[in-house]
Order: sequence, then C-alpha cells, then structure tokens
Amino acid sequence: MSAETTATAAGQAPGGFLGWLDKRFPVMAVWNDHLAQYYAPKNMGFWSFFGSLALVVLVLQIVTGLWLAMSYKPSAEEAFASVEYIMRDVNWGWLIRYMHSTGASFFFILVYLHMFRGLMWGSYQKPRELLWIIGVVIYLAMMATAFFGYLLPWGQMSYWGAQVIVNLFAAVPGVGEDLSTWVRGDYVISDTTLNRFFAFHFVIPFILAALVFLHIVALHTVGSTNPDGIEIKKGPKGNKWSDTAPADGIPFHPYYTVKDIVGLVVFAAIFSLVVFYAPDLGGLFLEAPNFQPADPLKTPEHIAPVWYFTPYYAMLRAVPPIGGSQFPGVVVMFGAILIMFLLPWLDRSPVRSIRYKGILSKLFLAAFVVSFVVLAYLGLQPASELYTLLSQIFTVVYFAFFLLMPIYTKLEKTKPVPERVTT
Amino acid sequence: MNAEGVDQKRRRVLVTATSAVGAVGVGFVAVPFISSMNPSAKARAAGAPVQADVSKLEPGALLRVKYRGQPIWIVRRTDKMLEALSTLDPKLVDPGSEVPQQPPYCANPTRSIKPEYFVAIGICTHLGCSPTYRPEFAPDDLGADWKGGWFCPCHGSKFDLAGRVYKGVPAPTNLVIPKHQYVNENTILVGEDEGAA
Repeated sequence: MSAETTATAAGQAPGGFLGWLDKRFPVMAVWNDHLAQYYAPKNMGFWSFFGSLALVVLVLQIVTGLWLAMSYKPSAEEAFASVEYIMRDVNWGWLIRYMHSTGASFFFILVYLHMFRGLMWGSYQKPRELLWIIGVVIYLAMMATAFFGYLLPWGQMSYWGAQVIVNLFAAVPGVGEDLSTWVRGDYVISDTTLNRFFAFHFVIPFILAALVFLHIVALHTVGSTNPDGIEIKKGPKGNKWSDTAPADGIPFHPYYTVKDIVGLVVFAAIFSLVVFYAPDLGGLFLEAPNFQPADPLKTPEHIAPVWYFTPYYAMLRAVPPIGGSQFPGVVVMFGAILIMFLLPWLDRSPVRSIRYKGILSKLFLAAFVVSFVVLAYLGLQPASELYTLLSQIFTVVYFAFFLLMPIYTKLEKTKPVPERVTT
Repeated sequence: MNAEGVDQKRRRVLVTATSAVGAVGVGFVAVPFISSMNPSAKARAAGAPVQADVSKLEPGALLRVKYRGQPIWIVRRTDKMLEALSTLDPKLVDPGSEVPQQPPYCANPTRSIKPEYFVAIGICTHLGCSPTYRPEFAPDDLGADWKGGWFCPCHGSKFDLAGRVYKGVPAPTNLVIPKHQYVNENTILVGEDEGAA
C-alpha cells in the first residue's frame, strides 16, 4: 500500500506540504496508528498517568543532562569543583542541576508507581509478556544509568557508594577480583573509573530511549489494558469514530493526551516545589556526605545508597555470608530484580485485574508493597541486630510474593469478570 | 536469478561457514575493547611498592600510607594490646588465620613479622569501606569487652588489633595483610617481600 492510499483509507488526503511529506514518509499513518486512531480503553483512570509522565521525565533528564555535560569535568581533580562551579557560576546552573537530580528521584517514583499499576492490572499477563519484559529491561537500564551518574559529583557518598557496589562484583567466586578491577579500570575507584562512568552515564539514556520506543511499539501491538483487565479488542465492535474499532475504546488523541496533560500540570507543580524548596529532600534525594569531596582514605560514618536502591541494599545486608563469601547476598540482591522477568509465567490466575482476583492475591500484593517500602527504609538506616532481622523477614515476604504466586493465584476463588469495562 | 538447480546443501554450508568466520572475527575485535578497560600501564605503575618510616611512630599510634590507592595501616602495638590479643580468640571467626588473608610469614598469633608492628590493608572485607581505628579499651559505645581494634561504620563489622574479624558481623574474613618486608630496622616496604622475607 502506498502512502497515498493509507492516507485515503484514514479518510484524510492531506495536500500541501503535509501531502508532499506523507508521500515520502508515513506521517499520517504513524499519527493515526499511534494517536488519532489508537483506541485505548475508556476506563483507564488515575493509574494510567505514570507511564506518560515517566516519558516526559526521561526527556527532561536527557535535556538537563546534556546541559550539565557542557560545564561538568569528568576527572577526579576537577569533578567536585566543576559541580560547585555549575551551582554558583553558570547561569541558571543551580536550576538545571536541581532539575536533573530531582528528576532522577522522580523518574524512579513514577516508574515504581507505573510498575505497581502493572501489578494491579495484571498487565504482564498474556499477551503482554514481552511488553513487561521490555519494561523490566528499561528498569535495569535506569538503575545502571543512576548508578553511573551517582559517582559523577565525586562527593564522599558518590565515592564510597560506588566502592561498595563495584566490590559486589568481587564477591563472584573465582573471577571476582579481576572482574571488579576490570569494571574500575584501576585497583581502586579512581580518575579512570570516573571517566568511564561518565561515558556510560551519557550513552545509556539513549539506549533507554530506544527501549522506551520498543516498549510503546509492543504496547500498541497488544493494546492498553485497564483496571478491569478486560480485553477491549475481544469485545463488541463499533464506536462513535469507527465501525471496526472496539466499542469500549476511545482515540488516544485527543482524549488521553488531554487527560495526560492535566496529570503533567499537577506533576510539574509537585516537581517544582521540590526543585525550588527542598532539592535535597532532607538528605533523601541528595545525601549530606556528598557535599564533601571524595576522600579515598576516609569512609563516611554511615553509607547508604540513594533511596531508590535501598530495598535491594537492605536485602544484600540481610543475607549473612556463607562459607566466608558474600556471594549469596549478591545473588539475592540481583535475584530480587531478575525474578520480575518471570512474573508473566508465575501468575496462574484466570483473571487479569486485582479487582477480580481473590483475597490471597490482594493480601500478597499488599504485603509486597509493604515489604518494598520497609526494606527501602531499612536500607537507609545503619545496620543493627533488630534491623537486620526485620530485613530478613521482609526479604522473605518480597520473594514470597513471586515464588508463591503460582500457588495462591491457582488456589483462590476469583470473582466473575464483567463482559464490558465498567466506568 | 533462477531458483531451480540451487544446491541448498552447499548454500547452507557456505552460510554457516561465513557466519562462523564472522563470529570469530567479532570475537577477536572484542579483545582490544575488553582489554582496554583493564588498568592502564600508568595505573599499574602507580601500584608500585611504597616505603614507610616507622621510627617516629608512638606506641599505640596508627600510621596511614597509600598503596595502590588503598589505605595501609601501620600500628605500633603496646604490650598491653599484644597481651589482649590471645584472650579474644573465642570471639573471633578465624583466630588462627587459617583463611589465606595474609602472606604465610604473617600467619601467626599477632599476624605480623615483628609482633610490635602490625601492617594491614585498611579496607573492610565486607564491602570495602575503611574501618575506624578504636585503640581504646572498653569505650562506652563498644562495650566493656572491647580490647581495641577497628569498627566499620558502614555495616558494623568489628576487628581486633590483629585485624581478626569478630563473630556475628557482616565481614566474613580477617583484614588482608599486604606483602611487606623490613628494608632496615625502621623502614617497612609495602607491596614487595622478595619471594618470602
């Protein structure tokens, strides 16, 4: 089919410049397939805000990051001072940096809410397994970017945080030491390490953008789901705009674009409050020891990663060394993330949404959210006997949500799912 | 092109052979890229041995020197400190230094060449923080049983004054003792032991 007939089929044969363009690039087809004639369920409510907001923050991070890179110096000698230079001497540098640092934390807040939405709606179930998997890869790429980025200010927490994380690789039996030396490019975290972390921090976001593109292509192939978990493509056809489109679907544009703009305005207001009034958010977004330059000979009193990594950090600390090796803790920590890949196959429930699942699924999901939040808190605190015990308990709860899922989703009694989406 | 008379088997062999040779080529090209991330010649040279003069070290004091970017501790232990070491054995994971965290010549009760001077890499064996030197006996925060040593502020690991790890803390092994030797009475060379000093 030529571009011309596509446009005709869409009921609009553009003339002028758009017509010229459409003969050479499928402008109208892309616009229609992904916006004007992409039919999303009409009942997607509050929880559908976070995916599009995360996309906006990704763009914000790339733009502010590019501007920061114009003044930042990725060397051990100059890095800390160049960040202070950005804060004090570069025009509006403080704003661009605070937008970037606040954006990093908000990116994770939005993605965690987006993932929670996926858990509630059962968005990982067939046929959305690949969509979910691409999402988990995006999450991993985000964590890698955040980890590399956190070294760049070259403060005490940057330095010692990276030291702890890179040493995780040293726990791999046999090749560990060589592996961590390879990651650092030196025997300790040094100028070389900083330089390469900057390179990775710069390039991974572009891979991230490509992954987000794949995520959206996969989403638009299988279609958006909704709080009822009902497949609108399988329902009756015909709505106000098209005889063949799902009856319960409405065009993404203008209906959801307008809705998402409302969400964006509210988000921008909250985001601005943090940027202008509490950019360090009481040491949570920017940690106090990071306002001191890195000192390889002196460890800060208490080391904790940034809040979005702390649930996994708490799990790492919860596992005692076995046979003189910290490797089991490292396995548990990475396992906590990698187990998400299996989710589509762990859920055996005949229904998709938490609305129609049984009481067990609801309890386990609630316990999972509580364990994630409690572990995040514990990961921020200094280790104590009580906290280690609590970390161990909640690590078990975290894994129970996944590992017992094939049992409890099969066991429980589900509610009948309505034919059509509810409003 | 005419599809008739195409030898499919021959074509498959050629495609497989081409792919295999291509994959080997990619493998070879990957070598410089992977190797390039290892420490450079400059970083390796910076890892050369360092000398420390211990003649002015007071009893009980700690001297820090830098070797391969890591803090190296040299402590001049007092008699009181040395006497306390053996009393701690039941509380330690590896009191006899069985795990090879030290050169063979330091696998002894004081984990040193001369009992008086203790040399160790000041990096916690848990996750690489640098523990704090707490030489005092029975301070308020560490309890009446504390006989001097190191406390890691990151995750609470404890070591005695021979760098031996206490039971029930995150660090799994004793502190690492680097290769070292005495060049003369008062000079320690860290990073080299000429085989075995």
